[in-house]
Amino acid sequence: MAEFRMPSLGADMAEATLVEWKVTPGDRLKSGDIIAEVETDKGIIEIEVFDDGVVEQILIQPGEKVAVGSILAIIRSDAEPVAPAAEASKTAGAEKISMPDEKRIRISPLARRVAADLGVDLSMVQGTGPNGAINRIDIEHAAKKKEPAKKIPPPQKVETKPQKTDFQAGMRKAIALAMSRSNREIPHYYLETRIDMTGTLRWLEEQNRKRSIKERILPAVLLIKAVALALGDVPELNGYWIDDCHQPQEAVHIGFAISLRRGGLVTPAIHNADIMSLDEIMEALRDLIMRTRAGRLRSSEMTDSTITLTSLGDLGVEKVYGVIYPPQVALVGFGKIMNQPWAENGMLGIRQVLAATLAGDHRATDGHRGAQFLDAVSRYLKETAKL
Amino acid sequence: MTDEQIKEIIFKLLGSIAPEADFDALLPDENMRKALDIDSFDFLNLFIGLNDELGVEIPESDYGRLDTLTNIIAYLSERLV
Repeated sequence: MAEFRMPSLGADMAEATLVEWKVTPGDRLKSGDIIAEVETDKGIIEIEVFDDGVVEQILIQPGEKVAVGSILAIIRSDAEPVAPAAEASKTAGAEKISMPDEKRIRISPLARRVAADLGVDLSMVQGTGPNGAINRIDIEHAAKKKEPAKKIPPPQKVETKPQKTDFQAGMRKAIALAMSRSNREIPHYYLETRIDMTGTLRWLEEQNRKRSIKERILPAVLLIKAVALALGDVPELNGYWIDDCHQPQEAVHIGFAISLRRGGLVTPAIHNADIMSLDEIMEALRDLIMRTRAGRLRSSEMTDSTITLTSLGDLGVEKVYGVIYPPQVALVGFGKIMNQPWAENGMLGIRQVLAATLAGDHRATDGHRGAQFLDAVSRYLKETAKL
Repeated sequence: MTDEQIKEIIFKLLGSIAPEADFDALLPDENMRKALDIDSFDFLNLFIGLNDELGVEIPESDYGRLDTLTNIIAYLSERLV
């Protein structure tokens, strides 16, 4: 029997309102199915399950606001009634919980209960038990650490305010929490490089000429792919810093900053961008932007970005100096591609130049690795055949 | 098709792309992307929509000069004759 709990959809989320169940008791679920919609500070998010099973009982009704970690429903694993070869039940008594960012967390049932009681985000806890498993002491330790931050009372919500203002205030609060934490905890270093995009853009124009308007690729897609490939060369920048421990990730999930017209921004993930074609990334980006603006993102997209990419070139900004989104360890910024003087081989010419910046977490990496990363981004953008 | 009809189609498409934007305040010769705060992705969607509605295929090399309402209407009306 698994308890399906309100997942944490980012370090800055404390609670959410259940909007709608997509299932009823008795329904069969597969990994990846949408089980419910919840409303958070970042809009309505579709919550996925990560285990197969059957919905046994629904405990929270639509409209109820609950804290992260609260039990929403009980899901009977497929393995339970029909016992043979049940892999899920072999996990030594550890409860399986359908939280995207908790899938790989080893934790004792007691510690998990204590964490829920104390409101500790498990992704922020470093386990000291066998194989890095989290125990009760680790949770209590983590709860103590976060106490100073908890003392700031959240602004009182006024019921009579129109919903839009509520949403904006909530979004602002969520961003404020994450960014304050970033500036408080992360010693940022910044690097910057200029990339000659003339040849790359000419190549893209040629590619797009062969395509119908619907199939055309935006330059942002090349940037996403180049960053994803460069992370293969410098994997230290792809991952997290959690509880004094650097945790590079193998999968490359690029969080793409998308601004919302009603204010605020979200950075949903483009999953496995390093192994996608440019067409696939364009399609993923299109889908992501549409769903972001319509307020229909999925829980996994909200939680598993391994790096953030922000491109503010559309607004004419030349360079972006970003603030890292914890627990990530890097943020890549791109400005506007502009005609600029460029000296090469003793000649001065005019080239289409892009400024790329890296904000790195100095706890996790040093400027030298950061420089190698920016160099790799520049190289991949020029070697268009590899994109 | 009159310029007024083209304008209506543009506003209808923009209405679904940027529902919050204030079209009444948009001046004909103002940079549309900046005035309505729409990004390159939204703009591409506008061109895709215009292609669907009017059958005009806009090559990428022309994107640059389609910056104001006046210019877009003139560009489309030239190709719709």
